[in-house]
Amino acid sequence: MTRCLALLLLAVLWLSPGPGHAEAADEAYAALATTNFDTIRNGVMALSVSGDPRAQIVITALHDGKLYARADRALFIKNADGTFADALTGAAADVPATALKAVRVNNAVRSAVDAALGVLRLFARDTSTRLAAAEAVFLARDPAAVPALDRALAKETDPTVKRRIEQARAAAVLASSDASDADRIDAIATLRARGDLEARSTLGNLTGQTPAVAEAAAAAITAIDRNLQLWSLLESVYYGISLGSVLLLAAAGLAITFGVMGVINMAHGEMVMIGAYVTFMVQQGIKAYLPAIYPANLLIAIPLAFIVAGLIGIAIERTLIRWLYGRPLETLLATWGLSLVLQQAVRSIFGASNRDVDTPSWMSGATELGGLTLTWNRMYIILFAFLVLAALMAALRFTSLGLRMRAVTQNRRMAAAMGIRTPWIDALTFGLGSGVAGMAGVALSQIDNVSPNLGQSYIIDSFMVVVFGGVGNLWGTTLGALTLGIVNKFLEPVAGAVLGKIVVLIMLILFIQRRPRGMFPLKGRAVET
Amino acid sequence: MNPIQPNLSRRGLARLGAAAATVAAMGVVKAATSPAGAQSGEPIKVGILHSLSGTMAISETTLKDVMLMLIEKQNKAGGLLGRKLEAVVVDPASNWPLFAEKARQLISVDKCAATFGCWTSVSRKSVLPVFEELNSILFYPVQYEGQECSRNVFYTGAAPNQQAIPAVDYLWNENKVKRWVLAGTDYVYPRTTNQILEAYLKSRGVATEDIMINYTPFGHSDWQNIVASIKKFGSAGKKTAVVSTINGDANVPFYKELGNQGIKATDIPVVAFSVGEEELAGLDTKPLLGHLAAWNYFESVDNADNKAFIEEWKTFTKNPKRTTNDPMEAHYIGFNMWVKGVEKASSIAPDDVIDAMIGVAVPNLSGGYSAMMPNHHITKPVLIGEIQADGQFNIVSQTPGLVVAQEWSPYVADTKDLIGDWRSPLKCGAFNVQTKTCTAGKKA
Repeated sequence: MTRCLALLLLAVLWLSPGPGHAEAADEAYAALATTNFDTIRNGVMALSVSGDPRAQIVITALHDGKLYARADRALFIKNADGTFADALTGAAADVPATALKAVRVNNAVRSAVDAALGVLRLFARDTSTRLAAAEAVFLARDPAAVPALDRALAKETDPTVKRRIEQARAAAVLASSDASDADRIDAIATLRARGDLEARSTLGNLTGQTPAVAEAAAAAITAIDRNLQLWSLLESVYYGISLGSVLLLAAAGLAITFGVMGVINMAHGEMVMIGAYVTFMVQQGIKAYLPAIYPANLLIAIPLAFIVAGLIGIAIERTLIRWLYGRPLETLLATWGLSLVLQQAVRSIFGASNRDVDTPSWMSGATELGGLTLTWNRMYIILFAFLVLAALMAALRFTSLGLRMRAVTQNRRMAAAMGIRTPWIDALTFGLGSGVAGMAGVALSQIDNVSPNLGQSYIIDSFMVVVFGGVGNLWGTTLGALTLGIVNKFLEPVAGAVLGKIVVLIMLILFIQRRPRGMFPLKGRAVET
Repeated sequence: MNPIQPNLSRRGLARLGAAAATVAAMGVVKAATSPAGAQSGEPIKVGILHSLSGTMAISETTLKDVMLMLIEKQNKAGGLLGRKLEAVVVDPASNWPLFAEKARQLISVDKCAATFGCWTSVSRKSVLPVFEELNSILFYPVQYEGQECSRNVFYTGAAPNQQAIPAVDYLWNENKVKRWVLAGTDYVYPRTTNQILEAYLKSRGVATEDIMINYTPFGHSDWQNIVASIKKFGSAGKKTAVVSTINGDANVPFYKELGNQGIKATDIPVVAFSVGEEELAGLDTKPLLGHLAAWNYFESVDNADNKAFIEEWKTFTKNPKRTTNDPMEAHYIGFNMWVKGVEKASSIAPDDVIDAMIGVAVPNLSGGYSAMMPNHHITKPVLIGEIQADGQFNIVSQTPGLVVAQEWSPYVADTKDLIGDWRSPLKCGAFNVQTKTCTAGKKA
């Protein structure tokens, strides 16, 4: 009997509420040190509302993958220099790294961490941190966050952040079970004003509402959808221009070698590939010897790729192509063989695997423009494509080399009679085209795989663009590339990527049937056979 | 398409010589494919049929290397049946008809006792008639779409129920996913897998409008509007996930675009069946944190066997950065099974080995044993891993036991009654349990 009583007493003591915060926090910390994802997730959620001063530091460490646990469930944070600190006190701890295991996270834990950090960072000093935090809370749609959001709202002075917090609050209110209908309808109005995909997603999530709320939500979804439809049209145009700029880059060099010189160069794609590998080597070299200028590696790679690909182009012209002028079939076969040789050579030197070319941070991510998501890497490539085009046109128009090139292509014999060394001009023209392809390779290394096959995927498209635009005309190439890009991107959602490509090809064939010399054929007697 | 063109087989026959041709024509191929001399001194030849050039070289070169490593190791341990093993490496150059031609050469000219090879399903389909006609053995190491069960092929990769369906179950249970994007490259493996997955999802009550299917060509690099449409599809309010059967190179720009458009694994997780350590090696994995892959093996599997294998691999390739992956493990299992099968049969004659293989069990690298089943597929554990910042996988789920392969999918109407069983007395690759007839692949 006494034993029973003692047990009961023990049980009561065990269950009685302890000194509150501290104990809840301790329990949460212990949960973090387990290997069960559910337990860890609950630990994170408990910690975020425990009010413990170390909570933010520990959760941040977990977020960054720097939180370690020992077998006895003690937690440690790994410092930047590889030493460890006790997670609960912050004091330096002398523990061997072998005794520790990183706390593992999965997607569920990661969501909880993001939401928890969002709530904790709502009161950060930095405006952009607060904005990101509000967005994280918005995505979490956690009703428990409402009190914290209210506090943050009362304190907030920045109008953008304030709006974002209001939206987060609206999402949280809609997710809670005890909000009134009036609150909900207010919340729906807030989300409707936000009007993007996430807002639509939050509204679409609503189930089991009263008729008034459901009606408001349905109306809001319709309004958002109508708005988004308009943006998606613009989006397709942008994607089309972006694809067009890639095609333009790939085809600009070909417009010189094929368009101006009339050489069917099947190894053109390999020049692009070589440009991409030059980028890779430049990155490796800078990483090894000059890490200080690493962010500018692409700017260094561009001229180098031009020079390397250009020199290889000149070498190809001198050793192979000059013997084959006027024999298109032989040129085609010889350059096709050359492209295989170049591919296998690169494969032997660099290995068959893809090479990892870094994207500089200023080219990663995206920016929002209304309902458009514009990715930076594509924007820079569009810009780069037009810069290359402008430079190429200027070179042909204003330099003496350009003048000679035009002279030779327009009338070779007359040019020779005027004292122009046509063989050298041929070599330099081919080198220029190849060099431009090399520069395209630098850009393509940012969006495609740097592998020996990189060029193959662009050679057909490049020929299509040049033929469609009109052989020998850079403006035609530009317009051809943009048209093909936009048509492709409008067809893709409707017909799918595979069928879309086929349709474009058929349309192109029909077009060439009607206008065999492309959109903008060179006029006059200039073109000799 | 019939991959054996007439001129091809004529050439093959010419090479065979009159005697062998007669024997082959009579259907008694056993004598033709077992090495002529079979004295104990002569090495046993092992064919390696992997592309070393062309678009598949990126994946297949590694498998050639791992086979060379396994053969070298076996030779150091005394060879097989007292004879040395000799690797015969050919390069089918990612060219599907060439696969058939090279397979014919390995079997008829080089007289290989067994061949390890192929990656894409189309290459396997191309060599299949050759192996059946000449009665030789192929070990196929890659996860595939199922719906096949040949007597002459041992499938050491995963069937759909050993990879795709557990992955979908994981998302269903853990992430409460209710809306599915099935994105794939446009060829036989993704199309068949997606057909099975679609039937499976519908059998679990997913509505048609909650499934989006998208195909892209090989090497697709412009993913902007496809990723945007996935984002849109995912904003209908239900938790959405992408099941990706996108193959090869196209994955890199796909994941880059996901990262750039800010789709995180916590919003729309992507589970991939063709993305392994090798593919991630060419990629900045920070934006991919938490996206998933389903395999039967990950390099990050924590056990002594795997550590020893990785160590051996790095020493063999003299490259401390080389990664290991699932098809490599499949070759490891397949090769060890073949060695055991040959020892069990004390012969390298294909018919003896094929019969001896069933029931052979060898350790796999995920901590356990894999056994060869009567349907010529092996038992495997299924692992789900999340991509980590260092390009390795964090294993978040593992099936409690081993999964037996379903070579014919029970979710596809045409094949739901079929089973494959190569033991006597059934000896049939597609036995219909309703009508009790052997519909295909019967061997006397």
